[in-house]
Amino acid sequence: MRIAVCAKQVPDPDIPPSRFKLDSSGKSIDASAITPVVNGFDLNAIEAAVRIKESESGDTEITIISAGTDFALDVMKKALATGSDELVLVDDPDTNALDAAGTAKTLAAAIEKSGPFDLILCGRQASDWDQAHVPLMLAEHLDLPCITVAQRVEASDNTARIERVLADGFQEVEVSLPAVVTVSNELGEPRYPALRGIMMATRKQPTTYSLGDLGLDSDQLTPLVHLEGLEIPVSEGQAELIEGDDDSEKGRNLAIRLREEGLV
Amino acid sequence: MGKLLIVADPASELPATLELVAAAHSLSNDSDIVAAIAGTTGVAAGDLPVSAVYVAEDERLGEPDSASFDAATDVLTAMVREIAPDVILCSRSDYTTVTAPRIAARLGSAFARDCTAVAHSDDGFMVTRPVYGGNADATYSLHGSAPPVIMIRPGSYDPAAADGTPELKSFDPAPHIRDTRSTLLRTVQEAREGVRLEDAEVVVSGGRGLGGPEPFAQLAELADLLGGAVGASRAACDAGWIDYSHQVGLTGKTVSPKLYLSFGISGASQHMAGCSSSRAIVAVNTDPDASIFKDARFGVVGDWSKVLPALVSALRDVS
Repeated sequence: MRIAVCAKQVPDPDIPPSRFKLDSSGKSIDASAITPVVNGFDLNAIEAAVRIKESESGDTEITIISAGTDFALDVMKKALATGSDELVLVDDPDTNALDAAGTAKTLAAAIEKSGPFDLILCGRQASDWDQAHVPLMLAEHLDLPCITVAQRVEASDNTARIERVLADGFQEVEVSLPAVVTVSNELGEPRYPALRGIMMATRKQPTTYSLGDLGLDSDQLTPLVHLEGLEIPVSEGQAELIEGDDDSEKGRNLAIRLREEGLV
Repeated sequence: MGKLLIVADPASELPATLELVAAAHSLSNDSDIVAAIAGTTGVAAGDLPVSAVYVAEDERLGEPDSASFDAATDVLTAMVREIAPDVILCSRSDYTTVTAPRIAARLGSAFARDCTAVAHSDDGFMVTRPVYGGNADATYSLHGSAPPVIMIRPGSYDPAAADGTPELKSFDPAPHIRDTRSTLLRTVQEAREGVRLEDAEVVVSGGRGLGGPEPFAQLAELADLLGGAVGASRAACDAGWIDYSHQVGLTGKTVSPKLYLSFGISGASQHMAGCSSSRAIVAVNTDPDASIFKDARFGVVGDWSKVLPALVSALRDVS
């Protein structure tokens, strides 16, 4: 079985909001002060792929595919270290101008060039633009079914069984392969790579394409969604701090204050 | 602008659709507003304040699951082609999150998700949406010859009054539904004790600062005392300290209780996106610089393990 996982490099979303600033263009964030990481949900998707590889009796090969530019190669390679085999990068400065539809077309072209794949896994959404619709558009371009927000993915030759997260439970769905599946953090924490895995990943070289290599020209990729500006909302509020001689007294004083305000 | 189309989620509550009517009114006073519903459950089509409601009924558009979402994508795309609107509005839900981007891809439309505001000018449509987990707001312009598909974040507009008498138009979906490639095997509803998190008047939430799973029992004790429910940050869920059904945030549940009591939560934007509409937020955190103190009405800089028992016993003494 061959599995493709779409993964994106993003600025570390766990930084304190105070370190979050815009660059001089006003249209992107100042990423220079923020460590790049692989999008968290994409790491869940890689984990889902590795679990399938472990449970499958036959040979399973995992290819991580990303479209972008200014890749931190060490970060992207490290994503291979938990059991993936190959890294494909569409590395092109023109990817900066793409909208979600253009990104989906680019990933579809990269998947067709590197495929065929039995299963395409994506994170449920990316922590930079919070869009969640590239995988669905990707499925449309590949004319494949798309099952979203999976907490469990089992795949055999021609079908996959997926647990799809609902607000109060889950649905178990069977889908014919090939298919696109998006993975959520309910799948569980991705494993840490072993030292041997990291060393093997470091030695691997990515297969790199430009948009032109994939037969994509700017006419096909003309964005319909233009970013006009970014603004950081200012939070000027400050909580009324509950005082007390020690933390227990603060707890008792909090109870009094909540009662005064009619909140309890 | 000629015609605005509202796509109603058949499983949604009426207010979500009425918010879309309000959004449509904000775009234009003199345009024709129509609605499309693929499926029959839930939405009271007869009361929508629009000129016409196109209804497509088919058993394959029944219970919400991946297969019916496939069918709805097929049917709604056909409905849009027949209605030929200038713009399509929908409200964010599981159903629209799956169907709307695929409809946009088939139509070649610009698509924007989870927008908190939409505007129209001679140049076209502009939308605003939170990005970077709520750390920033982005403004986009939408282009192209196909009608843009705009998904609105629930709660962004005050619902219009349900006082319409629309013409109901039947749309035959059968010729448009392709064979689905997925099958629903079973739906598992999680057993839940006490109040539903989304409906709770009081939410007691814990985060990474709690350091382990045990403290959640104490949080549950406080929640019980106040008739509330227990929430958690994604970090606490990912650490396995509490089940994911308690996760509050951008990709977890959205809550808007009267009182949101947080313990050991730093206040990352993606968490606050799920609780910022709470009437009052209380933050207990050892770090005086934690960003949650900017969003909270009351704050305690202190150790939760001392503050919480004292709070519980003080509340219990009187109640």
